[in-house]
Amino acid sequence: MIPVEYYLLVAGVVFLIGSIGFLVRRNLLIQLMSVELLLNAVNLTLVAFNRARPDDHNGQIFAFFVIAVAAAEAAVGLAIGLAIYRLSRSVRSDEADLLRN
Amino acid sequence: MNVFSVAFFALAALATIVGALSTVLAVNPIRSAMGLLLSIGGITGLFLGLDAHFLAAIELIVYAGAVVILFVFVIMLIGPDATRPADSKAAFSRTAGAILLGLFGLVTGILLMRAGGGLHALPPPRPEYGTIDTFGHELYTKGLVPFELATALFIVAVVGAIAVARGRHKGEETPQAKEGES
Repeated sequence: MIPVEYYLLVAGVVFLIGSIGFLVRRNLLIQLMSVELLLNAVNLTLVAFNRARPDDHNGQIFAFFVIAVAAAEAAVGLAIGLAIYRLSRSVRSDEADLLRN
Repeated sequence: MNVFSVAFFALAALATIVGALSTVLAVNPIRSAMGLLLSIGGITGLFLGLDAHFLAAIELIVYAGAVVILFVFVIMLIGPDATRPADSKAAFSRTAGAILLGLFGLVTGILLMRAGGGLHALPPPRPEYGTIDTFGHELYTKGLVPFELATALFIVAVVGAIAVARGRHKGEETPQAKEGES
């Protein structure tokens, strides 16, 4: 069987890639996709640790709710992105400064 | 059997990381979405390797079936403006990314040095571990209240998404909206 550390390593690498993408990219859509990567990495960690202690399914239940919240987050985030695009004709997150005085 | 599971894990991990990289590196958001799709496929494979059958199915249905499609819809709705390049003013963010990379390497190194005792092989699970039967039973006993709260969250999210994305009606347009329209 595959040791649990390998799964954690994959999750860590994906989390790193996602967080760097969220910080470096300025395209709102790609930043949202990076957030999805982050949530997926955390889900992988939860499921791997749950598999290491298979007495109950607490980790999997937690991952299930993370998926549900991530879906809601994607819907609302994309709606906000569309609204910003309508106002400023741009999806760059550093050009969204409507609240700046 | 063992060789098969190792090869399956390697393939899924490779797909996950390559997909994540192409999500972050692609200039065109459509390619980013396809990279996200590849990454989600890989994570589904990893879930299968961890005996989380139900979560693997949910991951495919919710992410590949709904979230990525939503992203592609929005990218196509926005059109060519979604591909404007030039992340020029990102010097600070790049530094932050480099620092993050260094921190990750540092933490991984420290953990590997301190861990000792080698790798922890996964124990063989009960035969019913991760099946829809047992998972559903635990979800509807231990997780019933958050499950019901999640439905409320979805209703709020859907109403909010519609209200935000639909914009303003005529008669209540802000000056900025008019400016954007013309």
